[in-house]
Amino acid sequence: MASAIGRGQEERAATREAGAPAALLEVRGVTLQYKTRKHLVTATFRVDFEVFPADRFVLLGPSGCGKSTLLKGVAGFMQPVEGTIRLNGRTVSRPGPDRMMVFQEFDQLLPWKTVLQNVTFPLTTGGGLRARDALERAKRYIDKVNLTNFADAYPHMLSGGMKQRVAIARAMAMEPDILLMDEPFAALDALTRRKMQEELLQLWEDVRFTVLFVTHSIEEAIIIGSRILVLSPHPGQVKAELNAHVHDHAAVGSPEFQRLQQRIHGMLFADRIEEQEAVDGQG
Amino acid sequence: MARASVIAADQPLEPPIREEFERRPEADTDVGDVERPLSWFETITNVTAVRRLFILAAIALVWQLYGTWLSNPLMFPSFAATAEAFFDALLNGGLLLKAWVSVWVLLKGYALAVLIAAVLTSLAVSTRLGNDLLTTLTSMFNPLPAIALLPMALLWFGLGDGSLIFVLIHAVLWPLSLNTHSGFMSVSDTLRMVGRNCGLTGVRYVTRILIPAAFPSILAGLKIGWAFAWRTLIAAELVFGISSGSGGLGWFIFENKQELYISYVFAGLATVILIGLLVENVVFRTIENATVRKWGMLR
Repeated sequence: MASAIGRGQEERAATREAGAPAALLEVRGVTLQYKTRKHLVTATFRVDFEVFPADRFVLLGPSGCGKSTLLKGVAGFMQPVEGTIRLNGRTVSRPGPDRMMVFQEFDQLLPWKTVLQNVTFPLTTGGGLRARDALERAKRYIDKVNLTNFADAYPHMLSGGMKQRVAIARAMAMEPDILLMDEPFAALDALTRRKMQEELLQLWEDVRFTVLFVTHSIEEAIIIGSRILVLSPHPGQVKAELNAHVHDHAAVGSPEFQRLQQRIHGMLFADRIEEQEAVDGQG
Repeated sequence: MARASVIAADQPLEPPIREEFERRPEADTDVGDVERPLSWFETITNVTAVRRLFILAAIALVWQLYGTWLSNPLMFPSFAATAEAFFDALLNGGLLLKAWVSVWVLLKGYALAVLIAAVLTSLAVSTRLGNDLLTTLTSMFNPLPAIALLPMALLWFGLGDGSLIFVLIHAVLWPLSLNTHSGFMSVSDTLRMVGRNCGLTGVRYVTRILIPAAFPSILAGLKIGWAFAWRTLIAAELVFGISSGSGGLGWFIFENKQELYISYVFAGLATVILIGLLVENVVFRTIENATVRKWGMLR
């Protein structure tokens, strides 16, 4: 076991010397299972992928492909039954502030804390910053998401989009190795969602963070992502890894954008046709 | 109707094509009454205390009218007679001291019960066995009236504060634990994950995430516990009044009933009610306003 890990590190060191950058996050043959009251569900089956620094890596797939479960695995809320998840060469074993997560739900903010206190909270509890430094950094990131005027408001006074901005500021203020986003814009209305996508890309231009982003929207995946991992459902398996770094909002109508959209659509839709045929065949 | 059916007969219904247009919104000054101050009547009736005092005054008025009409001070003294007895007892009869004796015993029992509930519920959220223990204990003891334990408590702890505190703990502990525990259980998965994501574990996780997130339930439990404790204490003093040494409010009511000073009995009852109102509307209300209302967890 120890020698295997040692060999892995040597291999990585070798590739680094060859000029290629080292992967920040390595997911190798990961199978994740969870128990419901009656069933043991295999959410993902032997999934591999690598995320490099400053990647906007998107996990895309239909509901039931285990993309959220995969994100929870990377966050450390779940342990893989098979395979390894490594961040900076260290195996992920528990949740921690080096992988800050942004959830889909609006109730992820602590309702008993103001916007400023919410952003400061992980800095002082998990980041070990002194109170004054934490406050300063929190203010800087609240400013980045354009909520300076709402720093002293409580979450229940904010709109859905503003709550998600606070959550993003809270996660980014930790300056984590990797930012995990679980469909953060899925519960927003279409206009707000589009604005938030633009803002996220703008933030990335600004800070160049690494983000692992889960979505079920093909369009969102192409706009947000620099690289897209397409997963098949029941259980989630890797179907393709595609480049999308050239596309942003400005490219939405372009032929290349539509071609990529069609290609992914085909991959996801093919399953449904096969399923349908299988059902028909049984009938 | 007839026209539509005629059209539908030869072709499917189509909406009419209308002219397109774009418009500029009117300037702010032309819109008129966007915002106006409320009238003085609306302002006053918006104050909760004013509305509630009005209800209290109405009850006092009905009481006074009925008492005067009945004119039987032995069965039902009027509001004025009760108020007179109340102030007399307050100034000359040591009512304040008796009330304090009751409240002090109550506070001791209440505080102990809160402590024990904190330990029990913390155990219940951190271990499965603790969870089973709490669930079993609450379903066993919550339906058992505290006053029913008093005879045994008197044997075990003797005549004095000890036995009263024992039944008070019993009265507060179970409803408070039940509420707190169900509050902890209903904290959303998202908030739990946020807490663990921030690197919180153990006691820090309970105090920084679970307790504030479950605070509406905890506060409801504290309120119910307070009411149960108050009832139990007065009942215990009425039945075994002398057990608390110098005698509290219950004993005051009991004594005056024996002497047939009925207006003083009413004054004693009114004191119980007043203290209840005070704690509910001042103490708990202040805590609520500073916490769950401010946080938008309670309207």
